[in-house]
Amino acid sequence: MNIDPWIVAFSLATVAATIWMGFWSARKSRTAGDFFVAGRSVSVGWNASAISGEYLSAASFMGVAGMVMSSGYDALWYPVCYACGYLFLLLFIAGPLRRFGAYTIPDFAEGRFDSPLFRKIAVVFVLFIGFFYTMPQMKGAGTTLNYIFPGLPYWVGVAVVGAVITLNVALGGMKGITLVQAFQYWAKMFAISVPVFVLMAVYGHYGKQLEVNSASKLPSVTAAEQLPAGSGELPASRPSRAVRQPLPEKAPPDNLWLNPFGPLTTKAAKAAKMSPDASRPYSLLYTYSLIIALVCGTAGLPHILVRFYTNPDGVAAKRTTMWVMILIGVFYVFPPVFGALGRNVMPELYNGLSGVKGTDGIVLRLPTVLSERFGVLGSILSGVTCAGAFAAFMSTFSGLLVSMTGAMAHDVYGRILRPQSTPVERMRMFKVAAVGIGLTAIGLGTLVENFEINFMVGQAFAIAASSYFPLLFMAVWWRNLTMKGAATGMLTGGLLAVGAISLTSYTTFVTTMAAKYGAKELPGWLGSLKAHSLEGYWAAHPLQRILCEQPALWAVPTAIILMIVVSKLTRRDVPSDIRLKMLVLHAPEKLGLKQEYIQEHQGH
Amino acid sequence: MVHTLRFMKPPPAKLDAHSEEFLRRLMQRQLRLSLSCAVTFLVALLGLPLLNYFWPELMARRVFGFTLTWLILGVLFFPLVWFISWRFIRRSSEMENQEADEVLRE
Repeated sequence: MNIDPWIVAFSLATVAATIWMGFWSARKSRTAGDFFVAGRSVSVGWNASAISGEYLSAASFMGVAGMVMSSGYDALWYPVCYACGYLFLLLFIAGPLRRFGAYTIPDFAEGRFDSPLFRKIAVVFVLFIGFFYTMPQMKGAGTTLNYIFPGLPYWVGVAVVGAVITLNVALGGMKGITLVQAFQYWAKMFAISVPVFVLMAVYGHYGKQLEVNSASKLPSVTAAEQLPAGSGELPASRPSRAVRQPLPEKAPPDNLWLNPFGPLTTKAAKAAKMSPDASRPYSLLYTYSLIIALVCGTAGLPHILVRFYTNPDGVAAKRTTMWVMILIGVFYVFPPVFGALGRNVMPELYNGLSGVKGTDGIVLRLPTVLSERFGVLGSILSGVTCAGAFAAFMSTFSGLLVSMTGAMAHDVYGRILRPQSTPVERMRMFKVAAVGIGLTAIGLGTLVENFEINFMVGQAFAIAASSYFPLLFMAVWWRNLTMKGAATGMLTGGLLAVGAISLTSYTTFVTTMAAKYGAKELPGWLGSLKAHSLEGYWAAHPLQRILCEQPALWAVPTAIILMIVVSKLTRRDVPSDIRLKMLVLHAPEKLGLKQEYIQEHQGH
Repeated sequence: MVHTLRFMKPPPAKLDAHSEEFLRRLMQRQLRLSLSCAVTFLVALLGLPLLNYFWPELMARRVFGFTLTWLILGVLFFPLVWFISWRFIRRSSEMENQEADEVLRE
């Protein structure tokens, strides 16, 4: 396949617009306050678009569609829980944290427990979770560039995109990013919705696409097969059902794809050769653990929380949140439509092993089917979705980079290493840190070619859910939480989740690497890894595999229980002014308790 | 913390807000509101897998081509989330005003 000029043009335009806006606003941001939280002067509309733009990552834009195509119904939990997670954040955490007026989670950790040590621990975790979350964004970047320039190695794509974004962040800071993020939300919304409407007009609407997947039929429905009409309200001039291409053998059969407890959640039980009936309880367990990870994990994403502080006041923060819910909710209806269309129209992607040749590339590739009938329209729309993909991974990666760099410059450098540093020095440090973190993220990104984007994001959420969520939730609502209790719970929960996830990811990594060699002999190192890939162990213990792959179900309660137990044991360490702290967290901002709190602290 | 100073309002004269009773009532009311909103969405979110598990035939019934459960999860869930957040935001703003009034009036 040759390089398509339309696709290149649209993608380049997005990148150019992003960079231009970054530079343009860099000229306007001068003070350190501007750099870190955009001077807190962002209007509701801009801020809501910017938060949504930052939130909708490569996982939302490409990953959800790819996963719906490959796994069917079960993958729908991802978009729904991404949206619900945001609601959870709103209900329990956003308001109090805003009133407390801490910039970042490390600020909050220190302020709530009067403990500079806990700040350091929290900073390490911000960086840690951040890196887990940058990996899928980098995979999105590598996949997209590999699609636009066929033959380009995956790692080159990762490196190019990573370098561009890093440069942009280093020069613009967060003020640049608010504008860019807002623009990118609308770019993504346009890029996902317009192609969906065009494709649905040609191939049949969402419901029709699903209708073809008949739960009782055998997997391979032949092309152009006309089935009797299900609902009679469709115009007679069109075929009463969507037409579909024959499914390859690798595709999950209709009944498993369309119905709950399909390939995603039964994987472990299937490897253990359990009967479909016996595996159902396992699937239910997997589903619940996934839901907990995604809903609680949103609260722990460092780059989302910091955005709440860019609102001028509490009322604006609430209005912003309402708009964010609407903006992301509308968006999330579309990616699954791509997945359903992809299954019927472009099933050959099921045969792809990884990257853009696999289902993760469906959003980019699907519009090209229009080329057969409408010529250049297919290329244009594919260019539009590529531009959207660029907007997706660029915006989320920028946001992550800002919050991670902020943690480095503001916390590690400005508070731990050199508290006496001047604002100018800190700003220089911001740039240095941005470059260092950007390079690390690029390095990590090159390792994950074989993982599904959405799956990786789910894992990052599980880690955040088992560490930050218990910390924030308990610190806001339970006054007797002590620093030792919070730290023990957060670290144990987070590290257990990381360990468990690494075990199963390691197996996936080794087996997919080995699968690439097919029948050929494996190189020595891979052969010895394959021999210890734990595959046999997982097959014998499906329950443990599920609990390791989706640890939130046990890791979140473990963290919370540890926090309670250790806090009870170290009761004397509860900060002496805890009542005032809780008042600042919960009392209306009108009462001005924050001011008093600051005065009291300066008096010490 | 210094960065926030510029945006602070002067403290009110009354300090009843410091009573243990005020804090307890404040947190209780807020938690109750948050929980009552959370319950609505948790019932929907955690109940749907149970419906899928125990009544698969019902959930597989076709509505406009969708299966019922796909329609609920893939489309209808988002308006529910909007409704809950709209209600929460409205009620929490009301509550904040009320709380502030109580203290400042006394």
